[in-house]
Amino acid sequence: MNVETLIERDSNQSFGGSVKSYLTRRRALIVILALLCALFGCAIAALATGSEHIGAGQLFPALISKLTGTASPLSREQDVIIFSLRLPRIGLAIGVGAALAIAGAAFQALLRNPLADPYVLGVSGGAALGSIIAIIFVSELSYSRPLFGFAGAAIVTLIVYRLGRREDDPAHLVLAGVVMSTFLSSVIVLLTAMADNVKLRNITLWLLGDLSSGAVEGLVFVIVAVAIGAAVLLTQSRALNLMMIGERDAFAIGVETARVRWVVHLTASLLTGAAVSAGGAVGYVGLVTPPLVRLAAGSDNRLLIPAAAIAGALMVLISDTIARTALSPRELPTGAITALIGAPVFIYLLLKSR
Amino acid sequence: MLQLRDIHFSYPSRRPRETISGVSLEIHAGEMVALLGPNGSGKSTLLSLAIGALKPDRGEVLFDNQPLAGFSRREVAQRMAMVALQGDIRFPMTALEYVLTGRFAYTNAFGFDSPRDVEIAMQSLSDTDAAQFANRRFNQLSSGERQRVALARALAQQPRLLLLDEPTANADIAHQLSLLDLVQELTRERSLGALIVTHEINLAAEFADRVALIKDGRLAACGVTRDVITAELLSGLFETPLFVDRHPQSGAPRVFWMREPRKMVIKSNGN
Repeated sequence: MNVETLIERDSNQSFGGSVKSYLTRRRALIVILALLCALFGCAIAALATGSEHIGAGQLFPALISKLTGTASPLSREQDVIIFSLRLPRIGLAIGVGAALAIAGAAFQALLRNPLADPYVLGVSGGAALGSIIAIIFVSELSYSRPLFGFAGAAIVTLIVYRLGRREDDPAHLVLAGVVMSTFLSSVIVLLTAMADNVKLRNITLWLLGDLSSGAVEGLVFVIVAVAIGAAVLLTQSRALNLMMIGERDAFAIGVETARVRWVVHLTASLLTGAAVSAGGAVGYVGLVTPPLVRLAAGSDNRLLIPAAAIAGALMVLISDTIARTALSPRELPTGAITALIGAPVFIYLLLKSR
Repeated sequence: MLQLRDIHFSYPSRRPRETISGVSLEIHAGEMVALLGPNGSGKSTLLSLAIGALKPDRGEVLFDNQPLAGFSRREVAQRMAMVALQGDIRFPMTALEYVLTGRFAYTNAFGFDSPRDVEIAMQSLSDTDAAQFANRRFNQLSSGERQRVALARALAQQPRLLLLDEPTANADIAHQLSLLDLVQELTRERSLGALIVTHEINLAAEFADRVALIKDGRLAACGVTRDVITAELLSGLFETPLFVDRHPQSGAPRVFWMREPRKMVIKSNGN
């Protein structure tokens, strides 16, 4: 029996021939490549835009000369702007977006809840609290912010999971997360009252989701976290496909559900901790990018995880570019822009799902 | 093939009351065993124990004479498949994707479905007369159609034993018959074992090789269908007067009920 043609013919009837009914290598490659092209294009555009505009005519030779080590066509100031300010910031935006989107996709599959997201579940809040404790009390320690952020995220994940994992009710878990979030914000407010002025300014900016302060240590941590997190979650992606249907089912079909739950929880916490400690509380990324990718390319986590990573990176990169150019020379917090974009998209998804 | 040996089990929240008390049951290759019993008698719990989702307090579950606890989950999934009622899935997923998840136990952690996996999935779908749903969203299917897709996924696991929890619930009568026909064919021709929990006594009587009756967590009777589907045993099991005659074509026992005079009388208002 020729299965391919059988399925192809059927899908032409039901989906207008655009989507095959299961994930193929070709579809995965096309989606990933298209997203990568978009990300690359946006990154170049973001590199060029800003208070000092540098056209493509200069940008590409400069990039090539940087890679080959020959003389750059840029002035010294332009060189600093491109390679010391904009490039790390773009890297941070991509890393933070990817981390949050992957964490969102993982939580959604694991908790069988399309509303799950590090922000909604309070995991971001936990990471924020951890990072703030690090800023106030142990700021001299290198990597204290990401490490404390990770610890905070992991602890909150555990608590919310214990509180909210009742029966099959998705609202329960979201409610537990929302309560946790508001509780954590009050703790954060109390803590900031104790901070001195310089630290307070840092904290306030960063709480709104601010990539401008992105230090190199944060960038390194985020990139490492995304690389590890994506790799680990990809190995669990088939199991996550089954967990999306139901844990009892997954167990019966051969998934070691307890182990998958631990691995995914820890990984998603690591990603959230890294993203929040480096970029602050940038919301909506994990909430809207995975569902959008699901709409366009299906729910299979083998494609969803990498595709959502790139889509999340795109979302934060675009938001951050708007944040630093819209009211130039003033800067807006990146988190405000992701919320401005994310909230309407989320409402659209909510209405569509009815 | 599958042996339950003197299984005792109680849910932590209901202790010390036992949900399953000393049940022993064996399912051989090539036979269909029906498990009948009133609501809450422990039928579904017994299935969960059989597949290892619940651990017995006492007693043991053996597959091919080896303790089930010694198998990895993948190894169990290659031997046993469970079909239960499937509600909505909260993510968009096609029926074919759903059936392909049944191939999990045979695949790597990551990778794409091989043409063989897809072929097996499509074959399973056509075996359960569900191939036309392959590209439909799972959530758009009716519950009877979902049952057929769920059975197809179980077949895609290529198991040696099927555990079916009310497989005919919500299916129309034609599909109830064809579904059990299929399971019987699988037991006869591929010598699969099948354990079916059902409330359809007449279907069980027609298709099952053996029947086990369970009540309050204890095995009330177990044996060849004709010996167990009797008026006396069933009336006691369900605490309702039931009668048994023979199916005119197959000669299998056929159960029917008779209405008793109403015990409770609705009083008029007295005006």
